Amino acid sequence: MLRPLHPVAPGTRTVLGIAFFVLFVAFWAWITLGGHVNRIFLADPLSMLKDGWRLLVEDRFWLDIMITIWRVFGGFVLASIVAVPIGIAMGAWKPVEAFLEPFVSFARYLPASAFIPLLILWAGIGEFEKLLVIFVGSVFQIILIVAVKVGATRRDLVEAAYTLGATDNGIVKRVIMPANAPEIAETLRLVLGWAWTYVIVAELIGSSSGIGYMIINSQSRLATGQIIFGIIVIGLIGLLSDFAFKALNRWLFPWSLA
Amino acid sequence: MSKLLIEGVSRTFTGVGGGQPVRALQPIDLAVAANDFITILGPSGCGKSTLLRIVAGLEAPSTGRVLLDGKAVTRPGPDRGMVFQSYTLFPWLTVAENIGFGLREQGRPERERNEIVASYVDLVGLKGFESHWPKQLSGGMQQRTAIARALANDPEILLLDEPFGALDNQTRGLMQELLLGIWERRKKTVLFVTHDIEEAIFMASRVIVMSARPGRIKSDVPVDLPHPRHYTLKTSPEFSALKAQLTEDIRIEAMRTAQTQSA
Repeated sequence: MLRPLHPVAPGTRTVLGIAFFVLFVAFWAWITLGGHVNRIFLADPLSMLKDGWRLLVEDRFWLDIMITIWRVFGGFVLASIVAVPIGIAMGAWKPVEAFLEPFVSFARYLPASAFIPLLILWAGIGEFEKLLVIFVGSVFQIILIVAVKVGATRRDLVEAAYTLGATDNGIVKRVIMPANAPEIAETLRLVLGWAWTYVIVAELIGSSSGIGYMIINSQSRLATGQIIFGIIVIGLIGLLSDFAFKALNRWLFPWSLA
Repeated sequence: MSKLLIEGVSRTFTGVGGGQPVRALQPIDLAVAANDFITILGPSGCGKSTLLRIVAGLEAPSTGRVLLDGKAVTRPGPDRGMVFQSYTLFPWLTVAENIGFGLREQGRPERERNEIVASYVDLVGLKGFESHWPKQLSGGMQQRTAIARALANDPEILLLDEPFGALDNQTRGLMQELLLGIWERRKKTVLFVTHDIEEAIFMASRVIVMSARPGRIKSDVPVDLPHPRHYTLKTSPEFSALKAQLTEDIRIEAMRTAQTQSA
């Protein structure tokens, strides 16, 4: 029946994909509504929806959502603006790589969340501190991945460009950069996903707004329905931004698609 | 004066991990007359591609020098157009943009560029495909674009490194006729590397046969077959005689290569 690597029909794929969600929610409903776990620790799906609705309508939770989205994109855009040119420079010019690579590799393993107390000391608990957490968490990752991609530029394309009269400058601008643009965009899409983790951590500590703040606030009131609603909202926004990013890449780089 | 002069060019690669240095090319001397079509024929690994890359300026010779129109070659440049065996079209550029790449790098005005590109699109029979991406083209069409791209710069010499090596037999035959037809009409100095004996004879006014590694010139065979050449030439007695002679030459070298590899 199940043959290895055998493709599944599109219709069946959709049905199976939805089926797991249904099973998951059904199991959740069964253990909560059926009284198998204490409601204090886990809300049931219906009260989760009710709590979520109340959050949106009465507590203006959509403002928290907006502020979290702004933080993610603000920090992420800041990190991209700094990291992409540095990554390209490292990939293209080996002395630059020799100079920066050891430090960036080291900095990449510094946990962004551990910087939060320090960043609060430096930048306070305002918006700038939140952006910095995301910036610190993303910038070194982007630099390294971009440098590796650029360093792996197809040599035969570079050689072909040289035989056509390209200068060193022309090689960087009109071969290395366009050749790697889709991969760089793909890298950014990946790192944007990680940025969602950093923002919530940043909002759990020293914050008075945002989805993460709502979650930590709900914990003290044992409002597990609200916590789960917040988590689901993050998942949905992540999924949406991922789709948008993919669509943007497809539109920007039609030549790179198979 | 010769168009291209190769004087005592040799190449030795340093040994990997402290190993013995590998000699790829023994000192080679070769003079190429203007508008000659030279094929360099040799078994794989004989250093013929290395020689071509040295002429292109993509690699430096260990000894000797290459002179084009009396000027020493030190780095790659638009006066030496190159077509590679691998598909090297820029995937982010359309067919027309690929052909115009060199002209753009040299800062030629757009109008002039467009005219030149259109004429080369025509020359290689790619009308109607100007705005296709390379990935939408067959291998043969990609190599036709690559030839047009190299020619659009109007180079002093055209270097081809087994350009049809990855194509199927039928396409390869058509491409040979296409390239030869262009050469017959436009006259250009050409250096064409191949390991295919028929191809070497069919294209060339002169076949340079190289020995097994370390490569040196084993024989220099003029091909006095009349132009324009048609594919039926490949079955003529004169062609067969040349083929028999070169097959013998190459066979000895191929066997030598096989022996050194098994030793």
